[in-house]
Amino acid sequence: MSLRIVVTVKYVPDATGDRHFADDLTVDRDDVDGLLSELDEYAVEQALQIAENADDAEVTVLTIGPEDAKDALRKALSMGADKAIHVEDDDLHGTDAIGTSLVLAKAIEKAGYDVVISGMASTDGTMGVVPALVAERLGVPQVTLLSEVSIEDGTVKGRRDGDAASEQLEASLPAVVSVTDQSGEARYPSFKGIMAAKKKPVESWDLSDLDIEAEEVGLEGAFTKVEAAAERPARTAGTIVKDEGEGGKQLAEFLASQKFI
Amino acid sequence: MAEVLVYVDHVDGAVRKPTLELLTLARRVGEPVALAVGNGAADTAAALAEHGAVKVLTHDASEYGEYLVVPKVDALQAAYEAVSPAAVLVPSSAEGKEIAARLALRIGSGVITDAIDLEAGDEGPVATQSVFAASFTTKSRVIKGTPVITVKPNSAAVEAAPAAGAVEALSVSFSEKATGTKITGRTARESTGRPELTEAAIVVSGGRGVNGAENFSVIEALADSLGAAVGASRAAVDAGWYPHTNQVGQTGKSVSPQLYIANGISGAIQHRAGMQTSKTIVAVNKDAEAPIFDLVDYGVVGDLFDVVPQLTEEIKTRKG
Ligand SMILES: Cc1cc2nc3c(=O)[nH]c(=O)nc-3n(C[C@H](O)[C@H](O)[C@H](O)COP(=O)(O)OP(=O)(O)OC[C@H]3O[C@@H](n4cnc5c(N)ncnc54)[C@H](O)[C@@H]3O)c2cc1C
Ligand SMILES: Cc1cc2nc3c(=O)[nH]c(=O)nc-3n(C[C@H](O)[C@H](O)[C@H](O)COP(=O)(O)OP(=O)(O)OC[C@H]3O[C@@H](n4cnc5c(N)ncnc54)[C@H](O)[C@@H]3O)c2cc1C
Repeated sequence: MSLRIVVTVKYVPDATGDRHFADDLTVDRDDVDGLLSELDEYAVEQALQIAENADDAEVTVLTIGPEDAKDALRKALSMGADKAIHVEDDDLHGTDAIGTSLVLAKAIEKAGYDVVISGMASTDGTMGVVPALVAERLGVPQVTLLSEVSIEDGTVKGRRDGDAASEQLEASLPAVVSVTDQSGEARYPSFKGIMAAKKKPVESWDLSDLDIEAEEVGLEGAFTKVEAAAERPARTAGTIVKDEGEGGKQLAEFLASQKFI
Repeated sequence: MAEVLVYVDHVDGAVRKPTLELLTLARRVGEPVALAVGNGAADTAAALAEHGAVKVLTHDASEYGEYLVVPKVDALQAAYEAVSPAAVLVPSSAEGKEIAARLALRIGSGVITDAIDLEAGDEGPVATQSVFAASFTTKSRVIKGTPVITVKPNSAAVEAAPAAGAVEALSVSFSEKATGTKITGRTARESTGRPELTEAAIVVSGGRGVNGAENFSVIEALADSLGAAVGASRAAVDAGWYPHTNQVGQTGKSVSPQLYIANGISGAIQHRAGMQTSKTIVAVNKDAEAPIFDLVDYGVVGDLFDVVPQLTEEIKTRKG
């Protein structure tokens, strides 16, 4: 029996660009290039490794996002995923975490799955909650924030490194997994992979395909509202000294003046 | 006055500092009722009462230690139903965020994560967030249901405010899904004796410039002279020089101490995301062009192996 793996991937504005908000206080996506959230590359990598170790497996990458979000899907396909699903609908603009989890859960159910693999957090919202929310909605175990993961005989096992302890986790499939950037370097797409990706299927679904009403998502359906966003004032330029033998002492003097010593 | 439910983070009954900070913030929006679950839950009561909890709900069961997250969500939901609070506050740990989000979904509410401040507003609590690697500050509200908000460590000063802190046993029935994810093993982290990274008033960090695991002793010596926690950049962690639990940044810990000292760290956006809200920032780097210098209150352009030991000596001398 084939193992159906769905990987959720987010298309985000480049963190090294000049990210800011649009007039409606949603993320301005026009002025900064978008890309596959780097932390989701680790999810794609683990999905591909699990598929390679299974007798028969299929890796589907899923994103919710605007037209350009196809770029994120292409990147994942060129790494080696088999097919892609793009949920795109104008009414999704401004969807918050609760709404995102609704759309993802419906799309995952429609696609069919044995395991969902997500990143630990997106690089824009950085909430780190969507995998737990999707697990709650699907009513399946959450096996999240793993720095090591394996799937064998219908059981997922992994290691979660927390503040106080490192835990070994285990759950039966179906389950929702998320992986950290400690799970293993993500592969680069090969030239062959990039060429092959062009021929792989990308399905497009809108809200009506998922039986979701417009009022349930987007700014209208949101449970949270951003009321103000202000750019952090630039820090006033600090004192910079060149070490000419006394740098440590000068720094101590500064720390003393600030009452740290 | 409306009640505010505060989820308690504790280790065997010892309440962690972020929870005490949360009680300070909770008092701005209502009367704090605390929920403590798991081993030692009842032992938290004295510390919680000392910091403003009018009531402490407790529950212990083996499920909290044997299964991941969901039993804690069940308990928080039971407390929510018992109290009908005006807001629910949870510490912003990785687990805290997952618990908060699942509760919000169950009770038909929105969730805001990683607040750095909280104020009472005309239409409910207003949360401040620091976003896009701390380059923007936003004000947000939950506009449907009961606000569920997670708050980052170091967002408020801990204030003593003695209150009744009456202990009440909460009754919790675990949901069918509570036992879905088994915790089959646990290796506790060894204590270094240094302060907890996210809670420390001073953090001393080392990056690729430290150039080797053995050289981290230079960073540790400085940290110890200041009673500070030790942090590391991802480059240092990936090279195996320091444990991942000490990584500062987007995929590590986010810290906002009174003083942050970056040594041999260039200041990549992902590192800045985890330390840019520090009150005073100091850097030692031999490259005058390193982006970290854009952030500093005081910077030394120089070799850390010259500057840091001299600084450590000078601190020791001054402290006598
Ligand atoms: C700066 C900022 C702050 C925000 N604060 C809040 C807030 O406090 N409350 C709130 O409800 N919303 C908030 N949002 C909106 C929220 O980020 C989005 O709704 C988002 O899609 C879900 O949260 P996340 O991006 O933080 O994902 P995370 O929970 O960090 O994502 C974890 C994983 O979930 C998957 N995933 C997430 N989004 C998608 C997607 N669109 N398509 C496919 N997979 C996905 C990915 O695998 C990802 O690695 C904020 C957005 C921004 C930009
Ligand atoms: C998705 C993603 C997530 C990430 N998350 C994180 C994160 O959480 N935390 C993080 O830190 N990074 C993170 N990174 C990595 C980040 O982009 C940088 O690669 C990393 O921060 C660089 O670490 P560094 O400053 O120690 O090393 P470098 O950038 O190599 O800088 C080393 C610095 O040391 C200086 N130096 C060298 N020798 C000396 C000396 N003897 N004395 C003084 N100075 C010296 C050099 O001048 C240089 O400025 C992430 C990256 C990605 C893509």
